[in-house]
Amino acid sequence: MQSMTDNSSHDGESSPAGNVVEFRRVSYRAPNGQKVLQDMDLAIQGGETLVLLGRSGSGKTTSLKLINRLLQQDAGEVLVEGKPTTQWDLIQLRRRVGYVIQEAGLFPHHTISKNVGVVLRLEKRSRSEIRERTDEMLRLVDLDPAQFGKRYPYQLSGGQRQRVGVARALASDPPILLMDEPFGALDPLSRNELQQQFLRLRDRLQKTIVLVTHDIREALLLGSRIGLMESGTLIGSYTPEQFKVSDDPAVRAYIEAFGGC
Amino acid sequence: MLHYILFHQREIGEATLEHIWLVGISILIAVAVGIPLGILMTRKPRLRTAILGSANIIQTIPSLALFGFLLPAPWLGARAERIAIVTLALYSLLPIVRNTYTGIMGVDPAVREAAEGMGLTNGQLLFQVELPLAASFIMAGVRTATVISIGVATIAAAIGAGGLGEFIFRGLAMVNNQLILAGALPAALLALGSDLSLGWVEAGLTPPHV
Repeated sequence: MQSMTDNSSHDGESSPAGNVVEFRRVSYRAPNGQKVLQDMDLAIQGGETLVLLGRSGSGKTTSLKLINRLLQQDAGEVLVEGKPTTQWDLIQLRRRVGYVIQEAGLFPHHTISKNVGVVLRLEKRSRSEIRERTDEMLRLVDLDPAQFGKRYPYQLSGGQRQRVGVARALASDPPILLMDEPFGALDPLSRNELQQQFLRLRDRLQKTIVLVTHDIREALLLGSRIGLMESGTLIGSYTPEQFKVSDDPAVRAYIEAFGGC
Repeated sequence: MLHYILFHQREIGEATLEHIWLVGISILIAVAVGIPLGILMTRKPRLRTAILGSANIIQTIPSLALFGFLLPAPWLGARAERIAIVTLALYSLLPIVRNTYTGIMGVDPAVREAAEGMGLTNGQLLFQVELPLAASFIMAGVRTATVISIGVATIAAAIGAGGLGEFIFRGLAMVNNQLILAGALPAALLALGSDLSLGWVEAGLTPPHV
């Protein structure tokens, strides 16, 4: 398999400068024994938005969860900022890595403001700082703090909840953002709206983002690079332009099956 | 009837307080033991069957027999109230353990995953997310346990632990319905009252529109 960066050497202890996340021959087996990832290599550079594209069961979500160690690989190494995740303090690691999931996973018993401020409170920031930052984050995702701050998640639409999920993940300003099918459960209209918003935020915030989707249009729209996954490994990575014109059979097959573009 | 109760109101009042005391202490013990056991089950799935099974078995032992079993126990056997309190606490365990477990397991997996992904520690997850979301469930278990205990506590009079059962057993022995009712009515009212008031607490603990 081709490595995703030209300069990644597999013999050095530290990763080459610029690789914020790196997979080195990573394998993962599900608790039921099924092989989910096999010998996967991947390198993600600072500031890029890598979209992991693939069908269900190709190992996209598993790869994502290995980065913030919600899962742990059986073999190989996952490095975050040059340090193997197994050597990171788990809490420290997760504070460096924002996490957005499909159904947002907002705390139903907390108001929107309180949801956004969860990590800030855990970090014992001052009350005024938390309020300021929370309001700032809500405005960032186009939600008026005065209007939404005191509401509960059930009082919001799916699209609004997902915005809150993004605001929450960004609140403590993590340099890395993981997004697992973040717009997957939304109606086409909200989805489109949130994708546009994502692009604005992406350009403004300059985070390193790993986004998982099976939607080829979404991948082409949002990714600065697309990593195509199939049966537990990365079979190649392309810029959206390369992807569209690639004559790699796997890419063609994916486009024909899902895209039609 | 009313006459009888009014005539003996002081005695009945004392017995009612005794009854409340027996039930109250035993529920406190059951809460202190049952909630941690319920939490333990969510963390160590292997212990689930053992804990739930034991609590189930205890519940199937007839209360009179359980009171009797504990009579020869050292320290406990020295005073009837101790036996009564331990027995009632044992009986109250099952609903509290089960509801704690069910409540925590009922938390949306996405919420738990998001919490872990944000770097909440196990303790933070428990106290800031799982327990608040399970609180109304746990309270429902406490409520069930309380109502059951108020009933079972009347039987504690058989081993001389006092409470409203005194009137019932005396009435049975003397074939005196008024005496039986003098114990049974306040006990029933007590059960209804605690059911209602704990129901309010439960409603108050229910998170908004979950």
